[in-house]
Parts: sequence; C-alpha cells; structure tokens
Amino acid sequence: MSLVVDVLAGGVRGGTSIMYAGLGETVSERSGVINLGTEGAMLVGALAGYAVTAETGSPWIGALGGAAAGALLASIHALLVVVRKANQFASGLTLLFLALGVTSFYGSDYVGKSINPFTKWDVPGLSDIPWIGEIFFQNDPLIYVSYVAVPLIWFVLFRTRMGLLVRTAGERSDSLTVNGYSVERIRSAAVIAGGALSGLGGAHLSIAYANAWFENMVVGRGFIAVALVIFASWSPLRVMGGAYLFGSALALAPALQARGYGVNQFALDVIPFVLTLLVLAVLGKRTLAAAPDELKRVFENAPAKT
Amino acid sequence: MSARTRRLAAFTGAIAALAVALSSCSAASSGGGGGGASGSDSSEPGTGGTAVGFIMVGPKDDFGYNQAVYDGSEIIKKKFPDLKVITAENVPEDDNAARTMEQMIDKGAKIIFATSYGHLDAAVQVAKDHPDVVVIQQGNTITDTVEPNMGTYFGTVYEPMYLAGIAAGKATKSDKLGYVYAFPIPQTIANINAFERGAQSVNPDAETITVSTSSWCDPAKQRSAADSLLSQGVDVITQHQDCTKTVIEAAEAKGAMTVGYHADASSLAPKGWITGAVWNWGPLYTDIVQTIVDGKFVGSEYNANYRVGYKTGENPFVLAPYGKVVDAQTKAAIETAKAFLSTATGSPFVGPVIAQDGSIAVAAGKVPTYAEVDGMNYFVKGVIGKLSS
Repeated sequence: MSLVVDVLAGGVRGGTSIMYAGLGETVSERSGVINLGTEGAMLVGALAGYAVTAETGSPWIGALGGAAAGALLASIHALLVVVRKANQFASGLTLLFLALGVTSFYGSDYVGKSINPFTKWDVPGLSDIPWIGEIFFQNDPLIYVSYVAVPLIWFVLFRTRMGLLVRTAGERSDSLTVNGYSVERIRSAAVIAGGALSGLGGAHLSIAYANAWFENMVVGRGFIAVALVIFASWSPLRVMGGAYLFGSALALAPALQARGYGVNQFALDVIPFVLTLLVLAVLGKRTLAAAPDELKRVFENAPAKT
Repeated sequence: MSARTRRLAAFTGAIAALAVALSSCSAASSGGGGGGASGSDSSEPGTGGTAVGFIMVGPKDDFGYNQAVYDGSEIIKKKFPDLKVITAENVPEDDNAARTMEQMIDKGAKIIFATSYGHLDAAVQVAKDHPDVVVIQQGNTITDTVEPNMGTYFGTVYEPMYLAGIAAGKATKSDKLGYVYAFPIPQTIANINAFERGAQSVNPDAETITVSTSSWCDPAKQRSAADSLLSQGVDVITQHQDCTKTVIEAAEAKGAMTVGYHADASSLAPKGWITGAVWNWGPLYTDIVQTIVDGKFVGSEYNANYRVGYKTGENPFVLAPYGKVVDAQTKAAIETAKAFLSTATGSPFVGPVIAQDGSIAVAAGKVPTYAEVDGMNYFVKGVIGKLSS
C-alpha cells in the first residue's frame, strides 16, 4: 500500500476518537462553555464502553454506555460552571483528574478481560474504489456513524431552532433571557451532549480501535481535541478535516518507520499542537472572530452575562 | 483584540504543555511516608524483616511484564508463609518509586524488588538510605560500585527470542516479520537482533521491520504501529511492549501470526499463535529471597549485576506453548538450537555478526559475553528501521 494511503487510512482510524471528542467540545463551546475535562470524558467513556461491552457482549450497547458515562461526567461540569458559575478551567481540569483516579481504580478489573469488539466491515461497492475505499470504507461501524454524525451536528447547530438557541447562548445570551429562555438549561444540555460525544470518542478507542482498556489510555488525545476545536474555528465540518489531519500526523511515524525511515516519534507527536499554534499565529484575529462571544468572556475572565 | 488573541495562544500553549505532561504521567500512588531511621544493628542486610515488597510500573494483569512479576510474587507468598508480600502497581519511574519503597520499609519490608528498568535510580537511593534493607532491581545495570545491599538481576530474554525467531522464520510466507517496540534500550535491541538472527538461521531471506511507539503501553499507538506493519505485508508480528493485547488481536484479525512476549497470550490468537518468550520468575525470586533471609546476600552472585541464561542456570525466560502453525520439523530445529545455546560457546551472536551498515560487529568465531550483549547499540543486517538517537 502506498505511503499516502497508509497514512490517510491511519488518520481516519486514529483520528475518529479525537473527532468525536472535538465535536463534543464544539457543541459545548458553541453554547459558551469550555470543557477542559474532555480528556476525562474520553477516559470514562473508554472504560465504560469497555466494561459494558465485556458485560453485555455487545459493542453497540458498550458505545451507548461510553456516551452515557461521558454525559454523566459532563453533567458535573454543567452543574458547577453553568448553575454554580464556577471557574470553567478549574472545573474541567479537576474533573479530568477525578476521571483519571476513578477509571484507574475501577478499571483494574477490566485490564485483563477480553471483549467482542467492533470489527472491520467493508462497505459493499464503495470499499473497492481505489484509494477512497481503502481510506474511508474499510473501517469499523463507529467510523461510519461519524460520517453521519458530522453533517447531522452541523445541520442541528446551523439549520434548526435548537441549534440557534445553543449558538445564541454562546453569542448573546442576554437576548435569550429577554425572550424568556433559560440560558442555564440550554448550556447544560449542550455541555452534557458534548460530554456524550466525548465519551463515545473514548469508547471508539477502547472497543473499536485498540480493543483494550488500560489506565490513562487516552494519553492526551482529549487535549488534542480541545486544540482541534480552536484549529477548526468551532465548525463541525472543519473538526472532521482537522481530526483526520491530526490523526494522519500521528499515523505518520509508524508508517515511515515501517518503510525503514528513521524518525523521532517525540517530534512527530507534537505536530497537532504545532499546527494549532501556527493557525493561531497566521490567522490571529480571524480565529478569534470565529469564537463565540460568550466564550471570549471566559478567556477574559469576565463575568458571564446570564 | 490582539490581547485576546494572545490569551488564546497562551491558553493553547498551556493545553499543549498539559498534554505532554499527561502523556508521561500515570495515576501516582499517593505519596507520604518519610524515610525512617535505618536499623543500626550489625545483622546482615535484608534479614529480620516481616515483609517483601514488589513495585511494578504497570497493572498486575496486563498480559505482560507486570503480570509476570505479580505471578512471581504469588510464588513468594506460597514459599515464604512467614513473610507478608506487599505489591504496588502503577508505580511511576520517578520519586514516587522511592516514596513507595519507603512506605514498604515502614510496613516491615527488608527486601524490595524494584521491577521496572527505570526504577533503578530510586532503588539505589533507597538502598543507600537503608543499609539494613536489600533492594534488588530487575532488568537494569548498575554501572557504579554495587552497594552491599543492592543488586540487579535479569534473564537473557534474547535467547528465547532467538528460538522464537526460528519459529517465525519458518512460519512466514512473505519473509517479512514485524517488531513493535517502545524505546531503543540495549535489552530491546538485543531482542530484535536475536529474533532476526534466529529467523535468518532457517530462512536467509527473512527481514524484521521495526516500529517504535515511544511508550511501554499506549494501545492506540500500538494499533497504529500494527496497522502500518501489516500493510507492508508483514505476516508475523512480535513486540516489546508492557501491554501486549492490542497488537496480538490486531494481527489475528488480519490473519497474521503472532510471537508473544512476557506472558502466554495464546488465548488471544487461537489461529495465529506461534510461541513466545514468557517469564517464569518463581524459581529465581525464591532463590534470591532465600539467599537474603539466610543472611548470605552480601558477596553473593545476586549482590551484583546477575544475568542468567540457558548455560548458567535456570533462565526465567521460557518458551510459551507452541501454536498450531508450528510443525514438528520446526520444533526439532528449536530443540537443537536450545541445546547449542546451553553449551559454553553457544550464543545467538556467535561471530561473524554483521551490523545493519555492513560493518562487522562481532568477529568471526567470537562469542560475546552476556554483558557485551547487554550493551548492544546497533541493529544487525536484516533488521529494517533506524535507531533514533
């Protein structure tokens, strides 16, 4: 297989968990709430997905379990920062470390267990297309679900009343209040939905990609997702592209090594962050222009207008 | 506006720093417990304790390195009913290791096994602070003077890896073998070289393609590494990782074969399992503990950098049971090779050994010592991949 196909196919497979988490963070940040606990939501999703799959024998139920666990962790964030107006950075990071501890503790029983994971399923017809087929249509079902989820989330955010409310909560929350909506309720819903997506991303890692649970197995992919959202200017479609780009960056090291090239894996591992910093440096103000207004308040440490 | 942009940039930088920090952190065992005053009586180090401590870098059921340590500690529990066995999982290779060992000493341990390569510095420090406690480290080498209450031990894992290489060289149809490893430390390099030399001994065309993950256990990176190897036509995969499940299952799913490492994982690959180099620490741990409690540790072979292989005693590395793909002829070839390794002049690296760059690494007819193999810093010819510096 050519290097390009190898790297891009690896990018789709390895980037999907980051994409789900990035989509979750996008929904949350669009409503004006940043969640640095995305890494934690992925961790609880990875463990819950694995544990539920091990207990029920069904990876589909496992995936739902992963999403539910992510939503549960995010609901604590919603309670703290939306209802109690706590500092968003502090809450997110604290929840991450809570998730690390809790999953290490409860996960030890599942380290040695085997599961019946999602398996590769070639889409009839499409998988035979040269290049495209190998990259996009010889994958696991959760990857196919993401092909539907991305346009769906875009549609909901930008073409429905629900999406309008979420975006308004993130841009001009006072206008919602004036019109009799509860900003708290809208933001909480967005944060919890975001947590569910991040949990699903974690479950993709444990029950579709690596097919294993180990403590701290997300190793920073949740933070890549947070960086990705800025990189993608809070757009679900660009999150998809960015996730594949970051995923391909991660797939580059093994692909080169398997061809006998000497590479420094540590240098390649920081590519996603270097890319994000480059985007920030090059686009500067334009990146910021895309940020939801209420989110900018978080960065400026100004009290939220609710 | 530009102030906002700067904040956003600083914020992203902070995220990057966090991610880097996180990727090297595991759930730290809670600290505490200062160094107690060490015993002042003149008895031999390691005697008079009520417990034996084992610190492990990972979880005890990882189908790998740490599980083997844990299984060994269970043997100690059975063989020495008077001693309490204290185990600590997920002990990082930093100050936390020293703190965990101090806690074990507080709980009555006079013998401590520090079982990860990177636990050595902490082990040396604890041994110096507690002359009455024997701290013994698994897998690394003390290059300074060895304290009277210190030692390292290891098996010559590259010997069974050489034998497994024979099985892999016979089994492969594409003549491409894959090796997923963590870091280019000498022990790993010797394993990879021995595996390739074993394969070459029965199949001169066999190549070993290497991919590093820069982590002892990052399952997602392992999957990515396995995918890259499989897409290059590799049909036998082996590894030097602490957790081994992901790579084995990825190979099995693609119809490739597997040589295991650390633990018998044949249940994960019913079709493609060949064999593996697995551990049997029980006998060596038992002998080390017995030597210490008998008060004979100082000056013993364990009070040094002890290495045991087929020719000097009972190698803690043994071959795992064979899978279906291994035929009788291959088994016979492996038995012959094992008998050769057990002779005084037997080694996977009997010269001439040609390095990857074509230079002669071991002269014709020369047999490198265990210590020389322990310091290996080059790939042999037939290994594909560069050692990153």
